[in-house]
Amino acid sequence: MITLKVNGKAINVDVDPATPLLWVLRETIGLTGTKYGCGVAQCGACTVHLNGEAIRSCVKRVADAAGKEITTIEGLSTDLSHPLQKAWIEIDVPQCGYCQSGQIMSAAVLLAENSQPTDTDIDEAMTGNICRCGTYPRIRKAIHRAAEMKRGGT
Amino acid sequence: MTNEMKRRSFLKVSGAAGGGLLISLFLPEVIGAGRDAGGPQPGMAALPSLPFAPNAFVRIGTDDSVTVIVNKSEMGQGVYTSLPMLLAEELEADWSKIKVEAAPVDAAYNHTTFGIQMTGGSTSTASEWERFRKAGATARVMLIAAAAQNWGVDSKALRAENGFVIGPGSGQRASFGSLADAAAKIEVPKDVPLKDPKDFKLIGKATRRLDTPSKVNGSAQFGLDVKIPGMMTVVVARSPVFGGKVASFNADAAKAVKGVRNVLQVPSGVAVIAEGFWPAKLGRDKLEIKWDEGASANLSTVGMREQYAGLAQKPGKVARKVGDPAKAMARAAKMITAEYEVPYLAHAPMEPLNCVVDLRSDRCEIWTGTQFQTGDRAAAASVAGLKPEQVQIHTTLLGGGFGRRANPASDFVIEAVQVAKAAKAPVKVVWTREDDTRGGYYRPMWYDRLGAGLDAQGNPIAWTHTIVGQSIMEGTPFAMFIKDGIDNASVEGAADLLYGVPNLQVDLHTTRNAVPVLWWRSVGHSHNGFAVEAFFDEVAHAGGKDPVELRRTLLANQPRMRGVLDLVAEKSNWGKPPPAGRARGVATHFSFDSYVAQVAEVSVEKNGAVRVHRVVCAVDCGRIVNPDTVKAQMEGGIIFGLTAALKDEITLDRGRVQQRNFHDYPMLRMNEAPEIEVHIMPSTEKPTGVGEPGVPPVAPAVANAIFAVTGKRVRKLPIGLVG
Repeated sequence: MITLKVNGKAINVDVDPATPLLWVLRETIGLTGTKYGCGVAQCGACTVHLNGEAIRSCVKRVADAAGKEITTIEGLSTDLSHPLQKAWIEIDVPQCGYCQSGQIMSAAVLLAENSQPTDTDIDEAMTGNICRCGTYPRIRKAIHRAAEMKRGGT
Repeated sequence: MTNEMKRRSFLKVSGAAGGGLLISLFLPEVIGAGRDAGGPQPGMAALPSLPFAPNAFVRIGTDDSVTVIVNKSEMGQGVYTSLPMLLAEELEADWSKIKVEAAPVDAAYNHTTFGIQMTGGSTSTASEWERFRKAGATARVMLIAAAAQNWGVDSKALRAENGFVIGPGSGQRASFGSLADAAAKIEVPKDVPLKDPKDFKLIGKATRRLDTPSKVNGSAQFGLDVKIPGMMTVVVARSPVFGGKVASFNADAAKAVKGVRNVLQVPSGVAVIAEGFWPAKLGRDKLEIKWDEGASANLSTVGMREQYAGLAQKPGKVARKVGDPAKAMARAAKMITAEYEVPYLAHAPMEPLNCVVDLRSDRCEIWTGTQFQTGDRAAAASVAGLKPEQVQIHTTLLGGGFGRRANPASDFVIEAVQVAKAAKAPVKVVWTREDDTRGGYYRPMWYDRLGAGLDAQGNPIAWTHTIVGQSIMEGTPFAMFIKDGIDNASVEGAADLLYGVPNLQVDLHTTRNAVPVLWWRSVGHSHNGFAVEAFFDEVAHAGGKDPVELRRTLLANQPRMRGVLDLVAEKSNWGKPPPAGRARGVATHFSFDSYVAQVAEVSVEKNGAVRVHRVVCAVDCGRIVNPDTVKAQMEGGIIFGLTAALKDEITLDRGRVQQRNFHDYPMLRMNEAPEIEVHIMPSTEKPTGVGEPGVPPVAPAVANAIFAVTGKRVRKLPIGLVG
């Protein structure tokens, strides 16, 4: 039995310790907002926070996440109130939407560490997340917008 | 399934003459109180209470909810917003009350031109432009009639506004919900009038997408997220060579993996049936399979290229001929020829293919993100030994489609039903990224040879184009559209050249091999746009003309294309010096009845790496429903086209696809995405395609810019490093 702390809740799971965290989140716990895109840490669709760091859950053994704070897209806010969620809605970033959980989770770490990210900062933080629909220009715009909201702008 | 709403639709056709309006009455039968799969998106549609359902597309609940049933698959292009906008416009609905539900499979939802339920060809708005507005108008007329009865007044004195019917008398104001029961008893009117476009309140206004909230909190349900009781997760080992079959296999080690329940041979390979994805995948890794590789064991794209290049030296079957190009070439002051080539391409939607099947003796339920409901249902029925009516498909959100989920061969659906049949349990078949990349149904590989004859003034007087590649429609039910040996999907964007060249021939060699091919966002235009527009730049250069000016001259009879060309030239500062180290390239392309022109601003680094800094795009796609969606589709089309232009190819060696995952089939990323500027040409023409037309011009615009900055022609995609 492995004890995970997901979105502030302790959850016991009975799984092979080598199972990637992604599949435990999706299939064992039922948090399907975190997506499978490549399985080899190439696309970022599976990005979650582990102790506040953005990690690719498709290559993280569940045993290595035990006891650490895991945050998924479902835990970012309960009411769409995170500045990134607000900015994503305002700018209508998503198209198919499949990669967006991962995009937002990567952006959330950037924003937590940097209240005024430059375009270069955004490139560095977001280049691990693929969007096949090509929403990059809007993601960039929405991160700037969310940073502005977070700093107290409107 | 428990907690699932079952629907039976009773078809009642009251066809408006010539309009093709199908009105069908929906009787929802609610079983259970919630749902766990395949239903509406959380926060998007709730179970209706005794709704008013005047037609197949709208239900109005006594709680004032307006549920729009959308017959097109939402794969990012915004149909779950733009089609409800059409209906809400005529209904005079309160937009904040709109909910969306995916249509079941029913003839009432067939494409108005193609006669099957499908999403593709950038035709959703064109197909539904009239029907969704009529569906809304019909409901409005009935709600007004109900209010007129209640109040004992002439319905002419009443109007609908923002979810209410309003009369001149005091207290004559009733919400749609309060009228729903009465309206349900009104006879469905025929031939309801539609608004004058000048009175549109919603259509044409930038409107936020209804599905965005569910896509930023993880609640949006894609096929891969569906879970049904007793479901097993399945990963299938498929032949490494197209057309190969299992000769023998040993599953002992696979079965020893904890969580693997069974290993079964299915027509497409060997299926590992497990309690979850991870054990299924681990089990598959441990399978020992001997394949009978079949006739394509030695297929290679290097060999195919040689064959294609040889074929291109002679004209093929004529797709279009104007004047006498041979004679004109003979008297030309200057002649140029060039050969262009593009590779096989995978669609690579972010959500790998998947399909959930619950097969019972007398019915089959399927949850999947498909663009091809009618065909998939028929195929599933045939495999299951059921009638199509016994198969229901719950269309989930699609994590990208780009054509891959519109397969006339229904590959991922047929296989999942075969697996369910063998496993005797509900199954979710999941493709890994590697399966998706190697699974075929690619954009065909193409080889093009173009020639032009120029007069003494540098104007082209002859144009020839020989195209070599596989037909997408051949061998499918769409083969009936192949006329005189010409698959239009092979020559579109070339045979319908808009430029006024007096002598022209476009011809085609259709090749055949075992690599399955399919429509890939913008289909034939994806390669013809590149070959034609990059060669046009060569023609302009050979004749000493500015590429924009030569296009303007030859588009004299094409005002809409000339309009977007002029617009893009102005917005991109064409003719003024670009920032240091950069150059501009231009391309135009007509596809899916829309006119697009793009200018790319490019630099090339010392190591040959291409950097696309900025793309300016102008589009004329007729009347606009949601301008922000048009912009988003142009932006997305440009990034999609750039990925193909700069990065990707599927190659085969010894019958095997050589690419696997995003490390060797890469996608454009944030740090490579250009600044994109989209300008929409105002228009009162009928709405035309938006999802695909943004793709074709970007590769040639970039190639032409590379020539402008380096003097080197790019005639082969992907561009990779220049030099």
